[in-house]
Amino acid sequence: MKRVLSTSISVGLATGLYGISFGALAAVAGLDLLSIMLLSILMFSGGSQFAFIGVIAAGGAPISAITSSWLLGVRNGFYAMRLNNVLAPRGFLKLVAAQLSIDESNGVSAAQDDFKSQRVGFWATGIAVFVFWNLATLLGALAGDFLGSAETWGLDAAAAAAFLGLVWPKLKDNKTLALAASVVAVVGSLFLPAGVPVLLTVLIALVPRRSK
Amino acid sequence: MTLTVILASLAVFSWKILGYLIPQKWITEGIRQFSERVTVVLMSALVAVQTFVSANQVEFDARVPALGVAAILFALKVPYIVVVIAAAAVAGSLRALGF
Repeated sequence: MKRVLSTSISVGLATGLYGISFGALAAVAGLDLLSIMLLSILMFSGGSQFAFIGVIAAGGAPISAITSSWLLGVRNGFYAMRLNNVLAPRGFLKLVAAQLSIDESNGVSAAQDDFKSQRVGFWATGIAVFVFWNLATLLGALAGDFLGSAETWGLDAAAAAAFLGLVWPKLKDNKTLALAASVVAVVGSLFLPAGVPVLLTVLIALVPRRSK
Repeated sequence: MTLTVILASLAVFSWKILGYLIPQKWITEGIRQFSERVTVVLMSALVAVQTFVSANQVEFDARVPALGVAAILFALKVPYIVVVIAAAAVAGSLRALGF
């Protein structure tokens, strides 16, 4: 259990590193501090948030920004389906669990072997990421100019490594699946708008696993 | 802008809550296994895109060696946060050196 909690805190801290660049980019995109913080508190889904400010920064219409973030949020729905099975939350807790259902919380939960650790992994990671992501957003929005670009600090590589760490325990049994998804996503990126190639890989998950 | 942000947040939340509103009896073993596979597939795709893609092009830059180092460290069971910071350090240092 201690190991799960330490993973959760680590994932929260790592996400925080990336949250700084979100806050900074959002400020550069011209969003006011209230809107930036509402994105991290209410939307609370990294991919959708970056898409939102990307559209705004490019001078896109509000409806385009809303649609982009909505489409990119679909994977949280798949995670929620898995998590409902693990958590079976009721009443108000259902709303809280839904809000915290993101890549990181589901990733840590899915990496655990037993049911109890899967639950603890979800809640601890969800809360840790929520706290650090929002603190980091605030820091980035206020001090972004001072910190410079995310690339300078290697934060883009940190984000990729953070996701690699989440999927790592699952790779041993799913090498083909992971490789196929990587190839489809990278090749798809040559032709399709950002965000779409990753979603396309859901089709790969539809292929049933061969029984052993 | 604030209103746009709130509407977009509700749109994203609609997916999150949907997963919890699907009745349990609809979730067959096949769907349960699918949602497990989706986790692996989406995560792997995210890693690949974040490592090799920049603006609709495949690009081998400082991120690739950084992720190589991260993979080695994860294989050696180095703690998660140390690996993430190491990946940032590798990419940041290589860029500082002009790669």
